[in-house]
Amino acid sequence: MKKLSARRRHPLAAVVVLLLALAATGGLYAAFAPAGKAQADDSAQSLTIKEGKKLYEVGCASCHGTGGQGSSDGPSLVGVGAAAVDFQVGTGRMPAATSQGAQVPRKKVVYNQTQIDQLATYIASLGAGPNVPTKEQYGPGGADIAKGGELFRTNCAQCHNFTGKGGALTKGKFAPSLEGVAPKHIYEAMQTGPQNMPSFPDTTLSSKNKKDIIAYLNAVNGDKTENPGGLELGGLGPVSEGLFAWIFGLGALITVAVWVAARTAKAKKS
Amino acid sequence: MSTAANETPRSRGKAPAGERIADWADGRLGIYSLAKANMRKIFPDHWSFMLGEVCMYSFIIIILTGVYLTLFFHPSMNEVQYHGSYVPLQGQLMSEAFNSTLHISFDVRGGLLMRQIHHWAALIFLAGMFAHMMRVFFTGAFRKPREVNWLFGFLLFVLGMFTGFTGYSLPDDLLSGTGVRFMEGAILSVPIVGTYLSFFLFGGEFPGHDFVARFYSIHILLLPGIMLGLMVGHLILVFYHKHTQFAGPGKTEKNVVGMPLLPVYMAKAGGFFFLVFGVIAAIAAVAQINPIWAMGPYRPDQVSTGAQPDWYMGFSEGLIRFMPGWEINLWGHTLVLGVFIPLVIFPLVLVAIAVYPFIESWVTGDKSEHHILDRPRNAPTRTGLGVAWMTLYLTLLVGGGNDLWATHFHLSINAVTWFVRIAFFVGPVLAFIVTKRICLGLQRRDREKVLHGRETGIIKRLPHGEFIEVHEPLSQEQLHTLTAHHQYEPAEIGPVVDENGVERKVGTSEKLRAKLSSAYYSEDSQIPKPTVDEYKEITSGHGHH
Repeated sequence: MKKLSARRRHPLAAVVVLLLALAATGGLYAAFAPAGKAQADDSAQSLTIKEGKKLYEVGCASCHGTGGQGSSDGPSLVGVGAAAVDFQVGTGRMPAATSQGAQVPRKKVVYNQTQIDQLATYIASLGAGPNVPTKEQYGPGGADIAKGGELFRTNCAQCHNFTGKGGALTKGKFAPSLEGVAPKHIYEAMQTGPQNMPSFPDTTLSSKNKKDIIAYLNAVNGDKTENPGGLELGGLGPVSEGLFAWIFGLGALITVAVWVAARTAKAKKS
Repeated sequence: MSTAANETPRSRGKAPAGERIADWADGRLGIYSLAKANMRKIFPDHWSFMLGEVCMYSFIIIILTGVYLTLFFHPSMNEVQYHGSYVPLQGQLMSEAFNSTLHISFDVRGGLLMRQIHHWAALIFLAGMFAHMMRVFFTGAFRKPREVNWLFGFLLFVLGMFTGFTGYSLPDDLLSGTGVRFMEGAILSVPIVGTYLSFFLFGGEFPGHDFVARFYSIHILLLPGIMLGLMVGHLILVFYHKHTQFAGPGKTEKNVVGMPLLPVYMAKAGGFFFLVFGVIAAIAAVAQINPIWAMGPYRPDQVSTGAQPDWYMGFSEGLIRFMPGWEINLWGHTLVLGVFIPLVIFPLVLVAIAVYPFIESWVTGDKSEHHILDRPRNAPTRTGLGVAWMTLYLTLLVGGGNDLWATHFHLSINAVTWFVRIAFFVGPVLAFIVTKRICLGLQRRDREKVLHGRETGIIKRLPHGEFIEVHEPLSQEQLHTLTAHHQYEPAEIGPVVDENGVERKVGTSEKLRAKLSSAYYSEDSQIPKPTVDEYKEITSGHGHH
């Protein structure tokens, strides 16, 4: 210590301190600076973004604006995230046939999954938003079906019906049927809240909860759902049951009555 | 009457066992005379007379399957955790009522089929009663002496509605719980006493722990007991009045033309019971009804779209759905007109059809008995009013299912609701006018047929080149059938001045009656049926027209 304090006033001391400070700053920077590797790996992603942008300019820009900023015909896409794109384009809702009408319906999917991914990556590059969920997030593993049912009845059934058969909203809008919708898309819909649907981000409905709901839907409204008791009659409740009772129940009985009444004992000889 | 026969010694040993049993029973119960008097009771044959049978048989089926269900159902609101065989509900908390209904559906042998037969039979029972009631209405079978029986039938329909409502509320599932909540809301909307009534019914705050047990007693004991009594009374009166019949040769107000109860009708009715049971069982085996497992247990914080009542309560749902949500807030109290007005209209819709027979008999002033049925066309005003009522009822059903109309026909639910609002007022009026016109048209056609015969479709060319269609005169039987109906004259207000020149006071009710009577029976409201003279004049001439 003595040595150091003795040379404190040396003419070159300032130079040495400066050098040491520079070395420390540089070293810290080298240690904490983002890896240069990311830049090198980006070529693939930037290519995807480029492809996505191309697709976007052809299929989407006329309504959503050339830079995704939106127009009078379509909302801004900045910050909607890849999940929203994957849902809207993956279920055929986008590109929409028209910006008019109550609601954009589900229809035939125009793009293949690679193209959808490219579009999604491009839109995600415009601003941060929810990512496309992984299979682990929406897959059936570790899901609690009963809990999902309870969550579904609490959060979803008031628009989508008990088992997701869909229902009416105001002025021609509707909550669509969830039959045959891919688990990934259901997850994304909850995450992003498309059209008239409220969004359920992870802060409201955790990733596990979403998994439970999807598992419940798969159990009660999937391809392998068993229907105890026979024909479901649309699963719409008492209205279709009443119609069935009148047409096939009373209808059949009246037919039988006409048949019985027509077969009278021929004892009219007296 | 049989004691004398028993005392005479028999030469050939004892009588056959069957005869001895019959004798034994007759000596104590007097069956023989009862059977003798009633076995040959005559019933006329028409398919529409069997609608009442459909109701009776489905009622019996409901009682039988209902007894089976009571063996396994626990009418309790105690909370339990589900551990049965339906996976998507495992571990969920639910009332014992819901739990035991799941148990019946999945773990009791034949339980689900019994539940489904019970529920389908209930829907068909109510539909049958509705159709039966309309048959009686449109044929004028409610006229003297059957007004009381009409009221019995009406009460059966209304009690059936409430028995059904209390029944489908028992499983305590999310759908029916929403229905009970709806009812609670309607009760709460009653000014002043609403909250008291609600607390009385539910034993405190909704839903409480009492309502399933209370509904259970009402559903399995109180209402069906009254209904069974009414049904027996209904049948006794049918026996006592004898059945009505359509007009035809040989049929008068003083006879019944048809087949005897035994053996023909016993066989027919017995067979028909099994056919009804078969049809209902087949439907119950093929089509699901009220899948409570899909709806989940009731929790007041949950609700599903498409929450409608069973069809017979659907018109109340319609009333509430199309009513604007008006309310009045005064001095810290709320009068919820949006719910209270529908609650007031609900009984009025039903009472309107119930009191009709009394209104009609007052208008006609007819005190004679009627056993010959009207053809609906021959009572255009009545038929028009009936169709108007049915239009109102159907409009309300459409309103009750407005969301399904919207989704299935790609309409706006607002548009459907507005349609119902307008149709509620306009529909019945239009239906009345159109129906009356159709009836008058059909009456003209009958008149034409009587006077000019049936169009044969044969075109004949006369020697001078004219083409005519050959009309074939009707048979005597057909002529009778088409002209058998009675036509009323419009009632007139008697002389306003009596023989002494003193002015008589004409009451408003008398004036109203005269007005209604002329609306019913004036020249605009019925086509005079052809008289014998008219018929003779036309048929005596040569050629046609």
